[in-house]
Amino acid sequence: MTVSVPEAHKAPKGFRIDLKTAGPLLALVLLIILGYSLNPAFLNEGNVTNLLTRSAFIGIIAVGATFVITAGGIDLSVGSMAAFIAGMMILIMNAAVDSWGASLATVLLGIGCSLILGIGAGFINGFLTTKAKIEAFIVTLGTMGIYRSLITYFADGGTLSLNNGAREIYRPVYYDSFLRIPYPVWVFIIVAVIGWILMNRTAFGRYCMAIGSNEQVARYSAIKVDRIRTWTYVLQGLCVSLATIIYVPRLGSASSATGVLWELEAIAAVIIGGTVLKGGFGRIGGTVIGALILTAIGNILNLTDIISNYLNGAVQGIIIVAAVYLQRGSLTSKRKKAE
Amino acid sequence: MSEGAGAAVPPILSAHRISKSFGEIPVLFSIDFDIRPGEVHAIIGENGAGKSTLIKILSGLEQPTSGTITYQGQQVTLPPNGEAAALGIVVIHQELLLAEHLTVADSIFLGREMQSGGFLKLRKMRAAARTILDTLHVNLDPDARINTLSVADKQMVEIAKAISQDARVIIMDEPTAVLSVAETRTFFEQIRRLTAQGVAIVFISHKLDEIMELADRVTVLRDGQLIATVGTENLTPDSIAQMMVGRELSNLYPPKHEPDVDSEVMLSVRDLSAPGISGISFDLKRGEILGFAGLIGSGRTAVAEAIVGLTKKTSGSVTLKGQTSDFTDVSKSVAAGLAYMTKDRKGRGLLLNAGLTPNLTLLTLNKHLKNGFLDGSSETKALERAVRRFDIRARDPSVPVGKLSGGNQQKLMLGKTMESEPDIVIMDEPTRGIDVGTKQQIYHIIAALAAEGKAIIVISSEMQEVIGLSHRVVVMRQGRMAGMLEGAEITEAEIMRYAAGIKQGGEDDRLSA
Repeated sequence: MTVSVPEAHKAPKGFRIDLKTAGPLLALVLLIILGYSLNPAFLNEGNVTNLLTRSAFIGIIAVGATFVITAGGIDLSVGSMAAFIAGMMILIMNAAVDSWGASLATVLLGIGCSLILGIGAGFINGFLTTKAKIEAFIVTLGTMGIYRSLITYFADGGTLSLNNGAREIYRPVYYDSFLRIPYPVWVFIIVAVIGWILMNRTAFGRYCMAIGSNEQVARYSAIKVDRIRTWTYVLQGLCVSLATIIYVPRLGSASSATGVLWELEAIAAVIIGGTVLKGGFGRIGGTVIGALILTAIGNILNLTDIISNYLNGAVQGIIIVAAVYLQRGSLTSKRKKAE
Repeated sequence: MSEGAGAAVPPILSAHRISKSFGEIPVLFSIDFDIRPGEVHAIIGENGAGKSTLIKILSGLEQPTSGTITYQGQQVTLPPNGEAAALGIVVIHQELLLAEHLTVADSIFLGREMQSGGFLKLRKMRAAARTILDTLHVNLDPDARINTLSVADKQMVEIAKAISQDARVIIMDEPTAVLSVAETRTFFEQIRRLTAQGVAIVFISHKLDEIMELADRVTVLRDGQLIATVGTENLTPDSIAQMMVGRELSNLYPPKHEPDVDSEVMLSVRDLSAPGISGISFDLKRGEILGFAGLIGSGRTAVAEAIVGLTKKTSGSVTLKGQTSDFTDVSKSVAAGLAYMTKDRKGRGLLLNAGLTPNLTLLTLNKHLKNGFLDGSSETKALERAVRRFDIRARDPSVPVGKLSGGNQQKLMLGKTMESEPDIVIMDEPTRGIDVGTKQQIYHIIAALAAEGKAIIVISSEMQEVIGLSHRVVVMRQGRMAGMLEGAEITEAEIMRYAAGIKQGGEDDRLSA
């Protein structure tokens, strides 16, 4: 009685190499081989540790950005937010040192304030996009300007420096290691693992993909679209706060130049990793690789003198555009087949 | 009727033995159609009868598979993509295609701007627009932005644009569907003014009374076949309705099992009003299939969305299994055992890029959590169950559902809806755009669900489907219930009479039977 198109019930799964999944990893491997052949020092333990530590800031922020972008949003404010949170942490800790002297409690107070500020700033972005129905691009462009200007104001155009006593206590968070792996890298690993579980093994991740893929379908499937969207921004704020917590002890200072262009690097890491900018498909693993690729490019240029280090941004830019081009190419060919 | 309609005038545009197939599927069979200068010719038929395809062929938007088109005495191949407008054949689509931010004058000359040396001659275009609007007796400012205009005024802009292109034939797809009664009056005057100038008008409408008033001739299509072309003077609304319908019910539909007289009322709606609908009242019993018939835009979907909480209701009450329910979002109605299956499976029902499993469980993901984490094996089991129960055929469950056939998509969506184990299911166009075999499967599934004791509402634009499945039928018209039919009253002609507004309101006691 059926007139339907013949579709075999369940064909056995063949071996397929999914270029979209393997692509970023392949690129990283090639980059490592290139780096090693140009300068064997690239794979020294010291350099690898340095590379991983540097990638932690962008990587942690990019994990948060993966959720925002997967759910069809964008957050341009993360770099300014990081600078603002760093500045506030330093001001608060300095004030605490003035009142009670430097102690572990001072640092914990700073960390606590950072978490509250990050979550709060994320919530504001989320609230404005979902409840006030302003486009995410506009909202976060606005908050980006606000935070950048606030840090400049609080630093009086200069630099905010952490009290030396507090810095001594805080310093190990960036510079010390556990099992020969620096603490920032541990934080990156933990954030990435939790992010991966959230994205792939919880209803929240599934809902993010559904909303980014088609908001109407999500709404008709009884998903609380506004609530999930807001959560992605809160998560992003939390990630920015964690990145700032490991960043502040590195230099012990914050200025209007802190975190400049981090938002673009974070978004670039997400996109290079295979997450679709329009939303609907998110890959935490890809994002981690994307962050490593971006940091490795700068590192390789530092270690060799074929291309000037000043061209770091240009090389990164080419990689980003190429990654998006390849992504779009694979998507359109898929769509053509569907028709 | 205008004077230009005499049979002596040769047709300006005619189609001879036009057939059209999309791939393997034939949609038009050897249609003859012609239109004379100054004449209003209406095309009428059920949804899917082939009306839209015919006007697309008449305007060059589609090429016929076979047959010929003659325009102004010469056999022609009409150019595609609306380029036929330059020849004087202009289509005005139902969803008026105007750029919202341009002005009236900009819109009239869009794509045909008057220029000199690369610069726009704004003043000249404004003056020309003014002249055209004046000849149409339309009081519009050429500088007004389109987005500040009413729908009726936008339609006038489209007509002005057509006139500025020196249109000889204007083809309109349901021009009055979006107009109020007063606006329809003005629109009719405009049409008469145009025909007096010798412009030929082809229009599609579902409103039989309007056709009787405006058209000189009526062409009736059914299932892609030409049933008749008749002068309006020889017609009554009833005879048109008779021509539109008139197929035998096949064994496509399962036998109906009437619900027990005393079975429990599962859903009771009283005086429900929401944007686009008002005064909706009905009861739905356990084991009953209640059909919702009516024309497109008559408010059937709006009723469903107001009941489940997708849109806010403005007044009235919804009682579910004896409990007054005021659903503010879908998750609440799903939790209460009421599920709505959308008609828009690609835009609202399914994630086309995702595989079968995420789509199936999206509505009920909470059932597949183990300690807060997704339980893949539980999801896989759900898919296996649904594949068996609804005969979903896919070569691989990870294939994006956008690649499945329409029938399999529909069955997957049915599976997704039924995963929430609802007591009451509202199915909106459950068989739109799918093949006959799968339709039959779905009809049997619906009947089986009712026999299991589910209460079901079927919204459908296919009258045969509503008649073949439903125990009772609500006919909607312009956001209100035009009638409630039962038993032997459920016939196409009777539904059409209510849907087209020839017959008004059933007896009130029946509305809450």
